[in-house]
Amino acid sequence: MADHHVAQLNIARLRAPLDSPELADFVALLPEVNDLAERSPGYVWRLQDESGDATALRPFEPDIIVNLTVWQSIESLRGFVYRTAHLEPMRRRREWFLPLDRPHLVLWWIPAGVLPTLAEAAERLELLRRGPSPEAFTLREPYPAPAERVA
Amino acid sequence: MSLEAVGALREPVRRAVYEYVVTQAEPVSRNEVAEAVGVGRTLAAFHLDKLAEAGLLETSYASRSGGPGAGRPAKLYRRSAAEHAVTLPPRDYRLLADVLASAVERSGVEPAVHSAARELGAKLAGGGVFERLGTLGYEPFEDVDQTIRLRNCPFHALAQAYPALVCGLNLALLDGLVGDRGWDVRLDPGPTGCCVVIRSKNNQD
Repeated sequence: MADHHVAQLNIARLRAPLDSPELADFVALLPEVNDLAERSPGYVWRLQDESGDATALRPFEPDIIVNLTVWQSIESLRGFVYRTAHLEPMRRRREWFLPLDRPHLVLWWIPAGVLPTLAEAAERLELLRRGPSPEAFTLREPYPAPAERVA
Repeated sequence: MSLEAVGALREPVRRAVYEYVVTQAEPVSRNEVAEAVGVGRTLAAFHLDKLAEAGLLETSYASRSGGPGAGRPAKLYRRSAAEHAVTLPPRDYRLLADVLASAVERSGVEPAVHSAARELGAKLAGGGVFERLGTLGYEPFEDVDQTIRLRNCPFHALAQAYPALVCGLNLALLDGLVGDRGWDVRLDPGPTGCCVVIRSKNNQD
């Protein structure tokens, strides 16, 4: 069992309210995509409230939704994001979300068994604005896990 | 390095060996290559090892069960993941593509990319769909249920860096190429190869 897991935050600015017709396809796809994530190899955890997702949580701005997850490895996260049916909603994201003028996705390593908080995730996203580092990076420019400690 | 790699393909038998290996779905042994190309095992092994040395093929070992030689691991060959490109005079379309892809993501004009790709795809159309995909480097093969899958992604490095953008672009391009000739084109990514799958509309479930 690895010492570290990778935490992932991504944010998106809605083009229209979640209950509008413009967002209907996204809202309809959400349960199956979340279910697919949970069934994907390397999935550890995702932030959700009693509704089963995190779309009601708006810690940044009222029209910015968040997605906070934990994976066993970068490869398992990448496999889910790009090599499953998750790719189709990724392809269509501009139908639902406006581009942001700052990073929208950040990854960082956390000790296995510890869950990230939204406050911590927001700090990591802010850190990424100075460029990728081992403390805050992206799928395009990943950093390896902190060296495994010798038991 | 790339020039040496490409140069290694000049020898006709070696080229035939390379072309056989890269069209196979699974890694192959020297015996399979010898039989397919019509040369002796020793000569096949010689060319396979030259191709591996040049960085065009990768080797692995797999133990086989049953039959003669069971238990002794067989040396297997498959196409290397390394890309080789030679352009003279020097050109760097990859760098240009990187800049453009990054700008598209920042400005959020993916829908314009999709429509441009669809139009360009229509211009690339002509002849049979399967043959056309082959000419364009997708390495198509027929899967079950009248489905065409694509073994190679011609935009691999860019697709790795910008998957949502490049796979969406590629989907639109192939949708334009195939037109509405009884085919359904969609994303269905597997562990390797191109994310786009082309399915006959006569065989929908």
